[in-house]
Amino acid sequence: MPGAIYAEGLVKTFGDVTALNGVDLDVPEGSVLGLLGPNGAGKTTAVRVLTTLIKPDRGKAVVAGIDVLRKPNDVRHAIGLSGQFAAVDEYLTGRENLRMVGRLYQLSGRDAKARAGELLERFNLAEAADRPAKTYSGGMRRRLDLAAALVVSPPVMFMDEPTTGLDPRNRQALWEVIQELVAGGTTLLLTTQYLEEADHLAHDICVIDHGRVIARGTSDQLKARTGGERVELVVHEREHIAPALGVIRAFGKGEPTVEEHTRKVIVPVSGGAKLLAEVIRELDGRGIEIDDIALRRPTLDDVFISLTGHAAASDEPGPGGSASGPDDSVERSVEPKEVAGP
Amino acid sequence: MTVTGTTLSRRPVPAARGGAAVQSVRDSLVVAQRNLIRMIRIPEVVVFGLVQPIMFVVLFSYVFGGSIAVGGSTDPGTYREFLMAGIFAQTVTFATAGAGAGIADDMHKGLIDRFRSLPMARGAVLTGRTLADLVQTALTLVVLAIVAVIVGWRIHEGVLKALGGFALLLLLGYAFSWIGALIGLSVRTPEAATSGGLIWLFPLTFISNAFVPSGNMPTVLRTIAEWNPFSATVQAARELFGNVPQGYPVPAAWPMQHPVWASVLWSLLIIAVFRALSVRKYRSATA
Repeated sequence: MPGAIYAEGLVKTFGDVTALNGVDLDVPEGSVLGLLGPNGAGKTTAVRVLTTLIKPDRGKAVVAGIDVLRKPNDVRHAIGLSGQFAAVDEYLTGRENLRMVGRLYQLSGRDAKARAGELLERFNLAEAADRPAKTYSGGMRRRLDLAAALVVSPPVMFMDEPTTGLDPRNRQALWEVIQELVAGGTTLLLTTQYLEEADHLAHDICVIDHGRVIARGTSDQLKARTGGERVELVVHEREHIAPALGVIRAFGKGEPTVEEHTRKVIVPVSGGAKLLAEVIRELDGRGIEIDDIALRRPTLDDVFISLTGHAAASDEPGPGGSASGPDDSVERSVEPKEVAGP
Repeated sequence: MTVTGTTLSRRPVPAARGGAAVQSVRDSLVVAQRNLIRMIRIPEVVVFGLVQPIMFVVLFSYVFGGSIAVGGSTDPGTYREFLMAGIFAQTVTFATAGAGAGIADDMHKGLIDRFRSLPMARGAVLTGRTLADLVQTALTLVVLAIVAVIVGWRIHEGVLKALGGFALLLLLGYAFSWIGALIGLSVRTPEAATSGGLIWLFPLTFISNAFVPSGNMPTVLRTIAEWNPFSATVQAARELFGNVPQGYPVPAAWPMQHPVWASVLWSLLIIAVFRALSVRKYRSATA
């Protein structure tokens, strides 16, 4: 039986541009699929097809068991969409926005009013409820937009880059809301350029580039494809590099590499945190002083680069929201992420 | 945001209530209400919408009045009465720009995407918008009529017929807001919708009987003017207000001889065609 979101061979072209080039998706009920890819990869087009906003040139799509192409209006009863831009009327108050959406989901006036009140409470907008949305901060607008997508507790939700443009605090808060939503049984398709976000929220990840799914699997499976873990250590004295190499060679699966000027030794391993503890005991036993040691696993950034040959989000700051330039962002993509420290 | 810990209750998706027609009316009214709230929150739009027609009333009355002969008379008072139906009609057609800009803005901000992902009646977003514009047009006409009375405009055929004249004007404005809807759905930015909604209105409203009698125009222009849908409503309103000057030669073209019918038919035809085109465009609209 197909999942809550199912797509087969979706193709969509806009003039000369092939936005989708045979995309297959299958999202089991109650799970989260992260659709990961750079700008222009086809993520938004995929969401627009699945939410009935555009018709694909070819292919099949079924959402909540309903054929998207044959019965789009039935699909609309079963989905919530939070698009790339906070789609709220800025001259209406938060409450008015939610009541309007409720009425258009065909709730009665009384139900729409009650639901609006409940959502405003839940999304911490009660105090601002009767102010025009124009006066809201970016984070508040996002929350209002998300609340609007939840007016009828749709079984299937689509979120297109929900945290783009949010500061780290608001991003974190939105992640919590999304996690709660999923814990309640909602099936979610989420697009993101932020690898960290997909890692954090999604059960399964589809990496999409140039309208094609180029890899899929869990976050761990994808990382495993890029090569396994490695131990990186920095010795205190340069003369300790040689004895450290001697120790670490015994634990490694391959030849260690040395970065002389940073006194860093790197070796591929398998065995996880337990192995790390053994390495540390052994080094300690031989009196080799270390400044830093860590077990590192490839990040989704590494995965992305190895799959596509380019970084995922090279033109925008990453989810850390640091004020870093593009150079830094590329470097961050290459720099492995720390999983376990000493 | 601090997560409050209260879990959101799950609300089952409601089944559609009532028939398609009932839903269509209900959804349209919800959208119209939204647009009327916006109008109240942005009163500048309504106020600026009044400035131009009031300026036209004053400028045309006092600058042209006295120079333009209607029905063989150059009496400024006669021209002023002749003029008003034309200014009223031109004013209602400006609803085109409002509807177009509003819908283009909704597209631009992603609101049309949201509406299109909701289980609502297909034409309701556009109908709601045009209905709200109709309310604005009616308000504008009321203010404009008061200004017209101040500069000396009078009705001579009784209140009922005058109301009939205003009804025809509103119907024309409603028809034109559907043209605006199509423009708004077809352009990329609200600014383009505003200028795209206005430029063609100038030739349309000037190659007509609105400001000068069409009889003095070159043959080609005169024929266009006489069959112009806009002229039919102007002539109809002029007759219903009792503002056709004595000795004014009514052209022989059918719409000029039967202006009330012509006005109604033209407006209904415009609504039918542009509503169908707009709703079709809306279904496939992409921001």
